[in-house]
Amino acid sequence: MSEHDPSEHGPAARVKALEQLLVEKGLVDPARLDAIVDTYESKVGPRNGARVVARAWADAAFRKRLLSDAVAASAELGIAGPEGGHLVAIENTPRIHNLVVCTLCSCYPWPVLGLPPVWYKSFAYRSRAVSDPRGVLREFGVDLADDVEIRVWDSSAEQRYIVLPERPPGTDKMNEEQLAELVTRDSMIGVAKVTAPGKSR
Amino acid sequence: MDGIHDMGGMDGFGRVQPEANEPAFHADWERRVFGIVNGVLALTGVNIDEFRHAIERIPPARYLSSSYYQRWLLAAETLLVERGILSREELKSLAQPEQVSVALPAVSPRGVPAQARLRPRFKTGDRVKVRSIHPPGHTRSPRYVRGKTGVVRRVHGIYVFPDTNAHRAGEKRQHVYLVEFSARELWGRDHRERVMIDLWEDYLERVERGSIVNRKRKFVPARQKRRAEKVSTALPPPGRSNRNRTRSRGRVVPKGTGLRKRRDQ
Repeated sequence: MSEHDPSEHGPAARVKALEQLLVEKGLVDPARLDAIVDTYESKVGPRNGARVVARAWADAAFRKRLLSDAVAASAELGIAGPEGGHLVAIENTPRIHNLVVCTLCSCYPWPVLGLPPVWYKSFAYRSRAVSDPRGVLREFGVDLADDVEIRVWDSSAEQRYIVLPERPPGTDKMNEEQLAELVTRDSMIGVAKVTAPGKSR
Repeated sequence: MDGIHDMGGMDGFGRVQPEANEPAFHADWERRVFGIVNGVLALTGVNIDEFRHAIERIPPARYLSSSYYQRWLLAAETLLVERGILSREELKSLAQPEQVSVALPAVSPRGVPAQARLRPRFKTGDRVKVRSIHPPGHTRSPRYVRGKTGVVRRVHGIYVFPDTNAHRAGEKRQHVYLVEFSARELWGRDHRERVMIDLWEDYLERVERGSIVNRKRKFVPARQKRRAEKVSTALPPPGRSNRNRTRSRGRVVPKGTGLRKRRDQ
């Protein structure tokens, strides 16, 4: 790009000056700002979603509640917050694989997954997830048979989607906590499958 | 607006490149931008649709050459200046004058009826077509579904309409629907792939069963007419009865719940 980008000379200084200006105007309390950042950096993340998934695998009644009202079901585990007020859980089966995207910006279910990774917000993912989901999944190492239906969920409104992945075989004896350890962020976006320990993906 | 942000279905951006063990933020300034957007903009009365639209107003070349949090920074600065919270001079003091680049101005707000229809116009199973609209301002109807026909799979309930709310022209609350589209309809491919997307009622129009067929009937001989009738029976049941409309599980969200005060991520 020929356009001069101020950020390449350091958005750091610019952002610092902006924050300072807002502090002077009484609009920013740096401590409050720290708290917001800390919440999403260290408190809210995909471990929340993993707990929800593990509970759904271990408890059939919970799974049913999750699929009919994910907001209420995740609240049972104390999970709620911004970008989660209209949470919807969608279930993978041997015949149907779900994949979540936001083609227009970066909508993502914060309370269960935290902040989205850079690739989720990338132009490559936003552009191709809807038109070539099978190709995108292959890039993530997920090679689905042609007769498996792929459903791509474009988060264009207030609904925020979390994928309930398939429980891997050979995990019958695992408890909820152990199951949660297996669940990855990517599997809840729909770009990975969950594998049992000791097995490669 | 038909902007660069509306990327669904575009080619040329290459492979998706995941980063192993990715941190939540890649630099401290990203943390501060995240905090400013989530902690400050809301206080100044900026709504989520205005924020999204401020990002969309970044000129395309600049949008593509900026990182995610650089776009957030540009949008935040734009809104702070437009709100009169920051003057252009103050913004300039943050950088070299030639480096100041505020996003394009938003289109002027137009008056809209305040009262939205609260009964859902469509129900699960209805065939709907996305209106072929090209509004100059904010919209959440992506180009790749416009003019396409899909099937309503869920009635989500009533939500603030982004197209007006982004321009402070009223909330125009209305129903949002989950609509399913086949890969054949969207991309002309017979893959076992579907797109499920949430669309506001104003984006949609009803596709009557056999509406095209009926139009043909006036002109075609009887044998073709029979064939046409066969086609029409293959379509999903129409939403012709008013009685069923109230069965939808629409969740009405009362005003003042702060529903749309949240920030985009």
